[in-house]
Amino acid sequence: MRLEVKKTYKLFIGGKFPRSESGRVYKVNDHKGEFLANVAKASRKDSRDAVVAARAAQSGWAGATAYNRGQILYRIAEMLEGRREQFVEEIRALTGKTDKQANLEVDQAIDSFVWHAGWTDKIESVAGNMNPVAGPFFNISTNQPTGVVAAFAPQDTALVGLVNTIAPAIVSGNTIVVVSSEQLPLPASTFAEVLETSDLPGGVVNILTGNAAELGSWLASHLDVNAIDLEGTSNAAELEMLAAENLKRVIRPGSYSRKSATGSLQHILDLMELKTVWHPKGH
Amino acid sequence: MPIIDPEAIVGSRITNQSLSRWLHSLPGVDKVGLEARAAALSTRSIKTTSKAWALDMAISMMDLTTLEGGDTKERVRSLCLKALTPDPHDLTTPQPAAICVYGDMVKHAKEALGKSKIQVAAVATAFPSGRASLAVKLLDTKDAVNAGADEIDMVIDRGAFLSGQYLEVYKLIQAVKKACERKDGSHAHLKVILETGELETYDNIRRASYLAMLAGADFIKTSTGKVSVNATLPTTLLMLEAVRDWYDETKIQIGVKPAGGIRTSKDAIKYLVVVKEIAGEKWLTPKYFRFGASSLLNDVLMQRQKLSTGHYSGRDYVSVD
Repeated sequence: MRLEVKKTYKLFIGGKFPRSESGRVYKVNDHKGEFLANVAKASRKDSRDAVVAARAAQSGWAGATAYNRGQILYRIAEMLEGRREQFVEEIRALTGKTDKQANLEVDQAIDSFVWHAGWTDKIESVAGNMNPVAGPFFNISTNQPTGVVAAFAPQDTALVGLVNTIAPAIVSGNTIVVVSSEQLPLPASTFAEVLETSDLPGGVVNILTGNAAELGSWLASHLDVNAIDLEGTSNAAELEMLAAENLKRVIRPGSYSRKSATGSLQHILDLMELKTVWHPKGH
Repeated sequence: MPIIDPEAIVGSRITNQSLSRWLHSLPGVDKVGLEARAAALSTRSIKTTSKAWALDMAISMMDLTTLEGGDTKERVRSLCLKALTPDPHDLTTPQPAAICVYGDMVKHAKEALGKSKIQVAAVATAFPSGRASLAVKLLDTKDAVNAGADEIDMVIDRGAFLSGQYLEVYKLIQAVKKACERKDGSHAHLKVILETGELETYDNIRRASYLAMLAGADFIKTSTGKVSVNATLPTTLLMLEAVRDWYDETKIQIGVKPAGGIRTSKDAIKYLVVVKEIAGEKWLTPKYFRFGASSLLNDVLMQRQKLSTGHYSGRDYVSVD
């Protein structure tokens, strides 16, 4: 007879696994209502620290070659595959899905990362442009990452929704602070462990577990955040108004499907800025 | 202002031997206790109105610094303009105490600051290494003073100090102090940089502090900011103890300036707590406590903006240095 070692689920900020600075945790129950685990409950200061970490990592990540970012995203898919059983188990316990359904969700999450990994060096080819102008200029539009993205993952999926929130943001060179589903947070914490072992520079993805309503206004009003994905929030209109203060890019809830094995190019482009350059043509 | 008699303090004529005896008779530093005390004081939580007060005090104690090989007249000018108006969105923001530059930039800083109360501090004496002949060091100092520097930040010869040549260091400080005198009899404020990161032990830091105070320093400063270990909280605490005890003994109040590596408001507030607890409120003024910093100001400004607007600010809302 041995005592089972219960895992403490912590936050993921700047490539490290800190407890909440507030010291708070909350109980997560399985689908039958029985206690499953204690999970760190992020506070406003944790969200602030996460934005600082995301900002610090942003220029380095955006400066990596698209090819390199693609390799790292693909590596994340590989590592996800290696942890499949743990994810399946957590999804089943939290949601009551069958083994087959839970495996399908993990498949979708992995495939989505592979799908996004392929896009890193193709965004420009598809969405960049040489514009016709009436003058002796080359006029070129290119897409640049917007910077730091704050996101609220959908509340009703444990893994695939989180993955489909993170991948479209980081594929182009953004960094992200993502608040996971409040009631289904375990795969988010496990996913952080995947990221930690997958060559992704610390701070590119920061995962907070906790209450979206509590953290929402702080992230939406934060002037060092460039875009906000409101998918998992219940007061999106209010947060959108706060986000207007510094003209954040906003993704409203329901804009994109978060439960499939493929993403959307438009979703990626929503988190990018178009930069147009006029260059004199030689004679 | 009381004048000290070094010979009375040391207890005999000033020779290398008597200085050595005096410095080595200072009590040894309890390393574990010192670090534990600094760690304990840095856990104190400063909130709301106290925090607002501390942020403003931190700005007014700042020596806004640029000491790069690539400094230009324009860069110094832009730093001075920043000191004059730290936050254009909020004109109630206090101004920093001084601008700290290399000697050749003093005239540009003076020109940009005009009639404002912001002081110009110049690093001198072959900063940061201090490896030059005495004549060069004195000329370096006089040059900065003649250009209008209000304060001189000198470095001690760490090589001499570590090899026990205390008299040499003592005489160096005295000579630089003399070089700080202006024609009208006033003198530029002298800050003595101990470069604590190179002094190896806390005992040495205590000895160097006392040696500098004995030789006539107006301020003792931790570091140049150019070596791997810069200002730390325990080091600053130790130096604050030294100036406090010196004041008790001589009634002469010496200032302390930690420099290098203090980048966040949180750090700055920890230092203020230590100043208050160790040296007391007499030192909670720009006259006796300074921060040598460059990136700290922006962080404090962002914290101030957070307090006044209620939401977190970003680096797009402060000027780029």
